[in-house]
Formats: sequence, structure tokens, C-alpha cells
Amino acid sequence: MTSENEHTGDTGHGDNHHPHLAHHFETPAQQFESGKLGMWVFLATEILMFGGLFCAYAIYRGNHQDVFLYGYGALDKMWGATNTVVLLASSLTMAWAVRAAQKGQQKLLIGMLIATFMGGVGFMVIKGVEYKAKWDHHLFPGTMNAFYYEGGQPKHPEALPHAIEYIDGRNLGGEAHGGGGHAPAGHEPAEDSPQHEAVPGDDAHAAEHTSAEPASAGVRAEQNATAHLASASPVIVQAVYGAPADVSTIKPPASPADMGVNDAVIDQAGEVSMPSAAHTQILWNDLSSDQQKKVHLFFGIYFLMTGLHGLHVLIGMVLIAWLILKAKKGTFGKDYFAPVDIGGLYWHLVDLIWIFLFPLLYLIH
Amino acid sequence: MSVIQDPVKVGGYGGQQEPGGTNYINHSKGIMSWLLTLDHKRIGLMYMIAVLGAFLLGGSLAVVLRTMLFMRAAPDVAPMTPAAQDLYNQVFTLHGAVLVFMFIIPAVPAILGNIVLPLMLGAKDVAFPRLNLLSWYCYMVGGAFFLFVLLNGRLDTGWTFYTPYSTSSTTSVTAATLGAFVLGFSSILTGLNFIATIHMLRPAGMGWFRMPLFLWALYATSIIQVLATPVLAITLLLLAAERVLGVGIFDPAMGGDPVLFQHFFWFYSHPAVYIMILPAMGIISELMATFCRRQIFGYSFIAFSSIAIALLGFLVWGHHMFTSGQSAMTNAVFSLITFSVAIPSAIKVFNWLATMYKGSISLATPMLYALAFIWLFTIGGLTGVFLGALSLDIMAHDTYFVVAHFHYVMVGSMLTAFIGGMYYWWPKMFGKMYSEPVAKVAWFLIFVGFNLTFFIQFIAGSQGMPRRYADFLPEFAWYHQFSTVGSYVLAIGLFLVLYNWVHSLFAGRKAPQNPWGGNTLEWHTSSPPPHENFTEDPHVTDPYQMHAWDYDESIDGYVYDKAKAIELDQQSHH
Repeated sequence: MTSENEHTGDTGHGDNHHPHLAHHFETPAQQFESGKLGMWVFLATEILMFGGLFCAYAIYRGNHQDVFLYGYGALDKMWGATNTVVLLASSLTMAWAVRAAQKGQQKLLIGMLIATFMGGVGFMVIKGVEYKAKWDHHLFPGTMNAFYYEGGQPKHPEALPHAIEYIDGRNLGGEAHGGGGHAPAGHEPAEDSPQHEAVPGDDAHAAEHTSAEPASAGVRAEQNATAHLASASPVIVQAVYGAPADVSTIKPPASPADMGVNDAVIDQAGEVSMPSAAHTQILWNDLSSDQQKKVHLFFGIYFLMTGLHGLHVLIGMVLIAWLILKAKKGTFGKDYFAPVDIGGLYWHLVDLIWIFLFPLLYLIH
Repeated sequence: MSVIQDPVKVGGYGGQQEPGGTNYINHSKGIMSWLLTLDHKRIGLMYMIAVLGAFLLGGSLAVVLRTMLFMRAAPDVAPMTPAAQDLYNQVFTLHGAVLVFMFIIPAVPAILGNIVLPLMLGAKDVAFPRLNLLSWYCYMVGGAFFLFVLLNGRLDTGWTFYTPYSTSSTTSVTAATLGAFVLGFSSILTGLNFIATIHMLRPAGMGWFRMPLFLWALYATSIIQVLATPVLAITLLLLAAERVLGVGIFDPAMGGDPVLFQHFFWFYSHPAVYIMILPAMGIISELMATFCRRQIFGYSFIAFSSIAIALLGFLVWGHHMFTSGQSAMTNAVFSLITFSVAIPSAIKVFNWLATMYKGSISLATPMLYALAFIWLFTIGGLTGVFLGALSLDIMAHDTYFVVAHFHYVMVGSMLTAFIGGMYYWWPKMFGKMYSEPVAKVAWFLIFVGFNLTFFIQFIAGSQGMPRRYADFLPEFAWYHQFSTVGSYVLAIGLFLVLYNWVHSLFAGRKAPQNPWGGNTLEWHTSSPPPHENFTEDPHVTDPYQMHAWDYDESIDGYVYDKAKAIELDQQSHH
């Protein structure tokens, strides 16, 4: 960015004592500061570009909490955490490389740049392993996704059961189980307002659910709901359950979520009970049929965010490879280390974006 | 660096010249010396050719669409066939997309900014010459995408690419969005370069408040280019992903939100309106000071109002979406902030008028454009305040009233400032004077033609004529015919400008170093400048202290009295 040295020499200027000083700068310090300012401004553009994605993420997560809660189960927390460590370590080696360049420690500089590059390689390999796992279960972005619906029907009926089995299995056990108690389900804002009336404060209760005392919380919610329903007017019942019917005649739904009721289930006797305590994570059948059609949206956002980030990692690796070649030629030293410094800034930003992506995508519960 | 040896008057034709009298144009020869140049002036000229080419294309499409409406308006003519209506949709879409992304946004920064900014700083180049060249190539690649759309594909979404139609249209939306994406990179690189250059390459003696106001305007513009354009980039990427992969982000059936596209799009495209108008305002500040031969009135107010417009510009995007179903509260807040943009805009207009007051006004062609700007911008700006008012906007939304409003700002204001600036710096760029009488005739045609074309559209819009329609009720026929005749006058005027410029290159009188008497640093070097811009460091003083320049009849230009300049500078410090 700053080494415009090809442009010198055609003017007969006497000022170019410094081999890396471009003709239009007065001093190396001015050139260095310009390059750094330029990179900071560029990083601002990067943040705004990713900002658009983060904004889209926030809106869709807000609109489809259950969908995100379900879909994130496909992601592997351990790999994500490992990648976070790898990338953080590579940021450390990058900072070390900058210091080595500033102090003229040639061997250390090359070693640290190579370590940083290997960090990038490690990150991309792990990302590849993760993508492969999604690929294997037909979890592509967009219309190829197993959860993609077209005209109300699954577009890939042959792939859908496997994908459901995969995510449900992960959500029920395995590493996704480690987080302790979960809310049985979140709510679709558009659907849940009448239900909130029926089960006041159940969000708060749900948040308190721990595996130690599922029963008491369930009983409390049950009592609340039953008491409320007993006194509910037919209008409210109709609003909640979608059909003009007497409470006593309501049939058990195939899935409670089908009626927009995630927590409270009414059995044939008109009793309200909580879903099975085994559901510490949200499962396919906990989603309403409308929500089920939107699961692929999570994967679209996941792939767009991690894909664009991965592209930036690749660009950063190209940049670092170029720095390694330059460093091997002995280009950098105490007097000239701007490209290492500026390349480092870029690498740290790529790291920083991942620091936000990891919790937003992998640690949703 | 040597100091000016001879304290007596300098200027004339010579100024600062390289040995052998070469300048940046004939400094080196061959096509590669241009395609690989890192010289900001040459890159500016290459931008000029490309951007004017885009203007010719987009402008011709305007004439085509006005002609189609004219023919529809003839009595007893059947409505356009569906095929013709389809063609009409494509013509107005490409007209808008090409002129917005390839002309109005880059024109002033990429052409005049590139050429003039380092000169005004007394610098040898912009901070990152290679990025500057890269930005030109990005522009060309983006332009190639649009050329592809024009020749091979079709595009009928309107320049705004609104979802959900843009995700389902079978026309070349993906190619066009990728083109706009690449053009965005060109814009970002220019803005980034200007920010770094203004921060780092100001000469000794030029603090922020001794900078020419054109640079303040370019700085404010650059902030917007750098902060807003990436959001357009991600929006267009999401749109492309939606079309290619079907991720559903803007599709409500899949849980997406088409209105989010509008938010994203206008988060860029409203600030982009200020990318168009702010540098134009910067030109006007220079023209006002120079042609009134007077210290600009309210320097710091004009400077800060540019920054204020840039910042407020980020907070008003929702006024494009008053009818999109936003909450009433959101609408009210956006409406209020929209009104507040009128304050810094009006500060500029009043300061220009105050500069003219008791000035010694010369009605040279650039000044005529500056006057036209004030007239047209005032109309365009005030109708913008009308549209910022919720009650009126609900009625006028998507009518010709809106079309007239933004053409008064984007064409009436930005285009006149651009042409005025081109005339102003033309002698500096090419070392040739254009024909003043021809230029004045062309100005008259443009001013009259523009008002004929667009003023009547305010009336048609207020009567309910919707924008983008290929068909209309009989009562709107004469409005359309009237407007089309105006557009022909405007087109003739614009061709006359082009003729005058090209003609001057071959037959123009040799330009003196300083034909207008301006004191910004570009007038301190020869016309055209040498490859390195200055052979000796220019004398930095107050940019609007013009009285050290004395008119010399023999060269029809101004010569610099450095002793007088130093004296005047000392006086102004007391």
C-alpha cells in the first residue's frame, strides 16, 4: 500500500535517501502514518460491511428465535472454540512479528509470519471440516438446503429426515447437551401474545429451569396456565388455539408447536401440562410448521457470515505470504516495517470479526 | 527545496515548468504510459473520458425515454404495446442506474477531485497513487458489467433494485448488482485516498482552516463514501446470494424481509445523495470566491456545514420509506431529522449570497453555472423539505413531483456545478481556453432547457402523475410533451458544451497560468501543470486572499505579486 517506489527516479528528485520512500512523501514517518491511516479507514469500511450482516442477523434472530435455537444445534461448538483459539494465537504471533520487524529480528520475524500463516491454514482446515459435516447432511445455503421448502412442501424430501435426525440427535445429546438447562422453547413474537396472557411470566420461569428442579417449575407453570384457562373467555381460547371450540373437546395436537403453543399442551381432559422434561433442547417437533419452513434461513445466514469471513482469512493469508517473501529478501528492518504493521492490522480485524461470529452463531442458547 | 528566487511578479504562461517545457500530458508517450500511470492528473483525465462516456449513454437513454412518452402523448395514439412498455422499463432503469452509479457519484470526486486535490495541497500526488489507478480499473470493470447488461441482457427493476421484484425478475439483475458492487470499490478507494491525502499531505502553513473549501467538501464526501458504500456492497451481495442461492433473506415466504432491503439500500443511497451534492457545493464555494474577487463569507460555517450534512445524511434514510409500513414514530423521527438537513444546506446558500454582496462579480461562464446552481438547488432543496413532510410525502410519493425534486438536485445542481467546475479548471487541465460566447449560449440552453423539462414535472406530479409509468391519462399528455421538448433543448445545450471543450483542445487560445485570479494553489503552477505538479514549493497563504494577483491584459490572466501576498497575509494575521 505504501511502497510506491517504482514511481521514483523519473523526476530527478534529490530527496530519496530512503529506498522505500515514495516520491510524493517528504519523510518515511509521513509515509508510514499515511499507510496506517489508510488501513484504519479501510478497516472501517470492513466493519460497516460486516455490520450489514450483523444487522441482518440481529433482525432474523429476533424474528425467528426458535429457528435459530434449533438450527445452531448443527454447529459444532468444540470446533468453533478450537478455531477461536487458533485465530487468537495467530493474532499473537502476528503482533509478535510486528515487534520482531520493528526490532530488526529477521529470523524471528519470518518464523512468526510463518506461524501466523499456519494459523490461517489451521483455521481454514477446521472450517473445511465443519463445512464438510454440513455438506454431508445436506445443509447447504439456499435452495439446496435439506430444510428448503417450496410451495409448502420440502424441496428435498429424501434429505429432510436425515437432517432432522442429525440436528435432533445433536440437540438431545452429544456436546450440544453440555450447556445445562434450556428454555423448552422461545417464542415467535407474532404468535405468542395471547399465550403470554395464558401463561404469565413463563419466560422467566423457563430461564430458571435447571435439570435440578424441572418438576417444580413445570408445576408452577401448569398451575398458572390451568387457573388462567379456567377463567378464560371463549374468545381468548379461540385466539390461543385457533379454533372455535369448547376447552373440553380440544384434541391433542400432533405437535404442540403446530398451534403456536410451545410450552403448554392440553390433553384430552382439558388439562394443561408441560412438554416432556427430556427436552432440554429444542427439537424439530417443537417448531411450528411455519417455523420448520424457515430453518434453512439460519443456514443461509451461517454460510454467508462465515463464508465472507473465511474469504477475508484467505485474503489475509495471501497478504502474509507476500510479507514472508518480502521478509526473506530482507526488505524489513528497524527503518522500514510498515507493510508488516499494516498487514497485522488487517489480520487483527479478521480475528476480531470472528470473536463476534463465534458466540453469535455457536453459543446461541 | 528551493524558494522562489524572484520576488517580483510571476505567472503569465510560464509558471512552474519542467526543463524543456513538458507537462503532465506530454511528459511521457504511448498508451501504456497512460494505462499504467500513477499520476493523479492522468488518472483524472482517464476518469473524465470514461465518466463522460457513461454520461453520454445515460443521457441518451433519457432522451429515448422522454421521446417514448412524447409519442404516447400524441392524440389518438394507442397505448404502448407490452413489448414497448417492457422496453420503456429497461430504458428508465438503465438511465437511472448508469447515471447514478457511473456518472453522478464519481464525476466530481474522481475527475475534478483527482486532478485538483493534490494541486490544491501543493502535493505531488495523492497518498496512494496505486490505489488511485486501481479505483479507475474498478470503475472500468463495473462499467463493463453495465455494458453487458445493456448489450446482452436486460434490466427492468429500476435503479433501486427493490426486492421482491429484483429477486424474481428474469432480467440481468445479478450482473447489474455485481457491476454496482465493483463500482462501489472504485468509490471507496477514491474516498480512502482523499481522506489520507488531506490528513497527511497538507503543506507547511496549511492548517485545516486554510484549506480551500472544495477540499472540505471532498473530505466530507469521502467520509460518506467510506462509511456508506460498504453497506451497499453487502446489500448487493445479499441480493446476489438471494438470486443465485435462494437464501431467502429478503423473501417473506422464507422468513426474510423485503423491507430490510429498502433499509439497507437507503442506508447507502441516501448518504450517496450527499456524495453527489457535497463536492458540487465545494465547487460552488470556489467559484463564488474567485468570480466575486472576494474573501469567501463565513468560511468555517461552509466548512462545518459540509461535515454536518455528511453526518446528518446518515440519519435520514427512512424518509424514502414513509409508505413502506414503518411505524408512525419512526416516520416522525425521520421526518424531523430530514428537515434538519435543510439547516446546513441553507447556511451554505446564504454564505454564497453574502459572498456576492458587494463583490466585484465577473459573469464568466463558470460563475453563470454557479448562479444557476443557487437557483436550481434552492428549488430542489426546498421541494425536498416539502417531501420530508409526512402528510405531503404520502400523497406525492412515487409521483413526478419526486422525479422533479431529485432531478433539480442531482441534475440541476450537481450537473451545473460539475460543468461549471470543468470550465473553471479546463484551462488548468489542458492549457487551453474555451470559447466564451459559445459557452454562454450553451449555458443559456442548459438553464432554460432544464427548467422546461423538470419544472412542469412538479405540476404533473402534484396532479397525480405516477413515476415510472409508460402510460398515462390524457390530461397528462401535454405535460409530457412539454417536458420532452425541454429535454431536447437541454440535450442541445449539453452537446454544445461538449463541442466547445473538444474544439478548445484543437483551436483554443493558450491559457495563462491563472486566467481567473483564484488564489488556491493549483493556480500557482503552470497550465497544464508539470508531471510533478510544482517545480518549487508554492507559496501557501489564505486560499481566498486574491488581491496579490494582478490582472495582466497582455496575457488575459493574472500574475502573482509574492511581496504583496506576504504583506497581505501579515495584515490578515493582525
